[in-house]
Amino acid sequence: MFFSRTLLKRHSVLPGFDLALGFTLLYVSLLVLVPLSAAFLKTFTMTWDAFVVAVASPRVVASYRLTFGASLAAALLNTVFGLIVAWVLVRYEFPFKRLVDALVDLPFALPTAVAGIALTAIYAQNGWIGSLLPFKVSFTPFGVFIALVFIGLPFVVRTVQPVLEDVNHELEEAAATLGANRWQTFRHVVFPVVMPSLLTGFALAFARALGEYGSVIFIAGNMPMVSEITPLLIITKLEQYDYQGATAIAVVMLVISFVLLLLINALQTWARKRQGGV
Amino acid sequence: MRKTHKTAARRHALLALPALWLAAALPAPAWAADAPQTLLNVSYDVSREFYKQFNTAFIAHWKKTTGQDVTLNQSHGGSSAQARSVVEGLEADVITMNQANDIDILFDRAKLVPQDWAKRLPNNSAPSTSVSVILVRKGNPKNIRDWSDLGRPGVSVIIPNPKTSGNGRYTYLAAWGAAIQNGVNPDAAKALVRRIFTNVPVLDGGGRGATTSFAQRQLGDALVTFESEVPLIKREFGDSYEVVYPSRTILAENPVSVVDKVVDKKGTRKVAEAYLNYLYSEEGQEIAAKLHLRPRSAKVQARYAKDFPKVETFTVDQVFGGWKKAQADHFADGANYDQIVASIKR
Amino acid sequence: MSTPSSALPLPATAAGQTPRQIRSATTEPAWVRWSLIAVALAFLSLFLFVPLATVFFEAFKKGWDVYLAAITEPDALSAVKLTLIAAAISVPMNLVFGVAAAWTIAKFDFRGKNVLLTLIDLPFSVSPVISGLIYVLVFGLQGWFGETLRDHDVKIIFAVPGIVLATVFVTFPFVARELIPLMQAQGQEQEEAARVLGANGWQIFWRVTLPNVKWALLYGVILCNARAMGEFGAVSVVSGHVRGYTNTMPLHIEILYNEYQFAAAFAVASLLASLALVTLVLKYIVEQRVKAQKRVAGERH
Repeated sequence: MFFSRTLLKRHSVLPGFDLALGFTLLYVSLLVLVPLSAAFLKTFTMTWDAFVVAVASPRVVASYRLTFGASLAAALLNTVFGLIVAWVLVRYEFPFKRLVDALVDLPFALPTAVAGIALTAIYAQNGWIGSLLPFKVSFTPFGVFIALVFIGLPFVVRTVQPVLEDVNHELEEAAATLGANRWQTFRHVVFPVVMPSLLTGFALAFARALGEYGSVIFIAGNMPMVSEITPLLIITKLEQYDYQGATAIAVVMLVISFVLLLLINALQTWARKRQGGV
Repeated sequence: MRKTHKTAARRHALLALPALWLAAALPAPAWAADAPQTLLNVSYDVSREFYKQFNTAFIAHWKKTTGQDVTLNQSHGGSSAQARSVVEGLEADVITMNQANDIDILFDRAKLVPQDWAKRLPNNSAPSTSVSVILVRKGNPKNIRDWSDLGRPGVSVIIPNPKTSGNGRYTYLAAWGAAIQNGVNPDAAKALVRRIFTNVPVLDGGGRGATTSFAQRQLGDALVTFESEVPLIKREFGDSYEVVYPSRTILAENPVSVVDKVVDKKGTRKVAEAYLNYLYSEEGQEIAAKLHLRPRSAKVQARYAKDFPKVETFTVDQVFGGWKKAQADHFADGANYDQIVASIKR
Repeated sequence: MSTPSSALPLPATAAGQTPRQIRSATTEPAWVRWSLIAVALAFLSLFLFVPLATVFFEAFKKGWDVYLAAITEPDALSAVKLTLIAAAISVPMNLVFGVAAAWTIAKFDFRGKNVLLTLIDLPFSVSPVISGLIYVLVFGLQGWFGETLRDHDVKIIFAVPGIVLATVFVTFPFVARELIPLMQAQGQEQEEAARVLGANGWQIFWRVTLPNVKWALLYGVILCNARAMGEFGAVSVVSGHVRGYTNTMPLHIEILYNEYQFAAAFAVASLLASLALVTLVLKYIVEQRVKAQKRVAGERH
């Protein structure tokens, strides 16, 4: 009764609003909001100066650079190749296509720790691929980058695929009759249509990469100022019983994740509206 | 809206799931409160093999002397993480660490042990010790003989992260302390440690991770680890390594303690204390020596003399004024280790 | 997948050439096609297939005996059991929640809907380390309820409930996220029609809504389950690492790895990888049905 009266924008004949919303809010509060608030509350016990020291000391800043830098680079690579993979899966036929299509979701389903040890083994100096490369991959920032590409891989592909499938061929044909070659058609007709979903996929891959721990921790070198990821610093602070420092960094990451998520949702709304949706 | 029986039943079904979860929380799991003869030993990373054997021996001994059955559960992990878990509520009956610092924390943060816990058992409550040694590739191609060689340009050393690993902290203190004992002033010691850490390509979270990097991934020319780790490394990775004993090295004392608040609550004090005492018994010392931990018992030491070459050692108390001071001077935020790391340009 | 251009009326021209000509206006030349396929496959191999193959290769490196020993060892079996328990509790919980949330968000229009949506999505991008840390802050001895819990001998952190909580948190949004877009696309008309015909809430839900979304629901449950079984970071923080009792499969893999038992570690990892592959197969099947449902829903508007 309470929720219906105060929150509903228009009267609905469907029942169950109060019960469903009540349960949803209870669940979200108990399992998400209350525990998350513990992190914020712990941080608020710090003075502003102490907070700044905790989140802005050189080592922490170096870890932001690595975490954000590698996540951004990985998300960008995934955007470019994700588009190619999606294109190839939607438009072309080749042997084992269905198998490849299914395997794209592997990073979703494979546990992060397993991915971590596998990637470390492959890219180490004496690993399958590592031994073929002239430069070091495991235990360098580049290794972190590789791990993040792995876990972000499905996001772009899976966001772009449905949109690509829905692209109206008539538009492409019209462009062809007007004299455009394939590249022009792609650039001016197809690409604008998939761009919103590409952005969404990029943002999702980026957000996911920022927080990643399990797959990265094995392959990162954990060298302070060089190859330490921010989640590792949170753990390091915990190990020194610096709970406030740990929650301070956690809060910074949480706020950034939240902002990114808002952006994603706004992007998705904009994309839907642009497509003529609601 | 007419509520039918079915609706009510469905609503109860909805609530049942969280209740199921709550039900899992309430009865204490079998390894904790109910069975008074179950002990949880929270230990550090590399003590797994030792406690596997020791626990079997103790269970047999306890059964023989008291007729009681006792179950022993083990938890292993990075020493700091383990100590932290106990502070946060992991109900350890006994804690067996590789540095006194991690047990001091139990008093400082949660009063789980008394302040003078170390005095309750012989030898500072450390029934066994080990020393930091250097492991090199067979033939010692880079001719590494001492700590200063680790700081040479072109040498690559694997050391676990001192911020998260007791093994790593001991290594740092070993290099620093050896320099001091050799008559060098603190600034020069700091410079040596800085040179060493410049040569470290990867900081693993714990001793085992470091060993994997060295032995499995073939990283680095040298690995600094505890003497007790060497046989295991040779067994798992083959005989392609040599041990180098530096001129002086640090004595890593492995302190143990009952966690008073826990054993008093669970009523397991008697078994827990007997468990720790058994570490000093001849059988306990024998198992330690077999697993390459330096025993305290002179008798067992004599029997295993060939496994433990004589090397000049110093303790954290002797050179650094105790673990508390060492932690504050070197490993706290902004202390020496942080300064060293910040100054290394990569 | 792509709608064939032959849907258009074909202009009459010389014998047999028309379909190919039209197709070539909207397809790239063969060399472009095959280069793109090669690039895509190379990318996927490097980042996807090789790691997957490595897991199985390393697992069987020391032979079938070592493999079997690794997965039937008592600690490994307890880890499997704990993983299954954690998933068996968290997945249904998130399922019920996901359905309730989707019903609220998709069928009604209310103030604060976007905030709720963002809140639901939040755990998806929170670092697992933080996910574990917050529960320690609430239930740990130094946290809010720690002392009270200890006095009443209730164990949350470092015991199964803590692991379940952390797992619930990280898999929280999966079911909801799958259902919401579909239910939004399907609209409220069918439900409103049922209401008009006299159905009550539960009848509407069970007989109208649920059958329409059953494939998306299954899809969400499958993903939720895979993630629940594979979660590492968050569980590692709240676990306590007590061998035989509070180690899940991912944690057990870490233990084996730290004991230099690499083949064994990869053996257990291969179990999870196999589960992942099964998940993918199921998901692929389900996905085809979801697409069919979306198409039908789209056509209704």
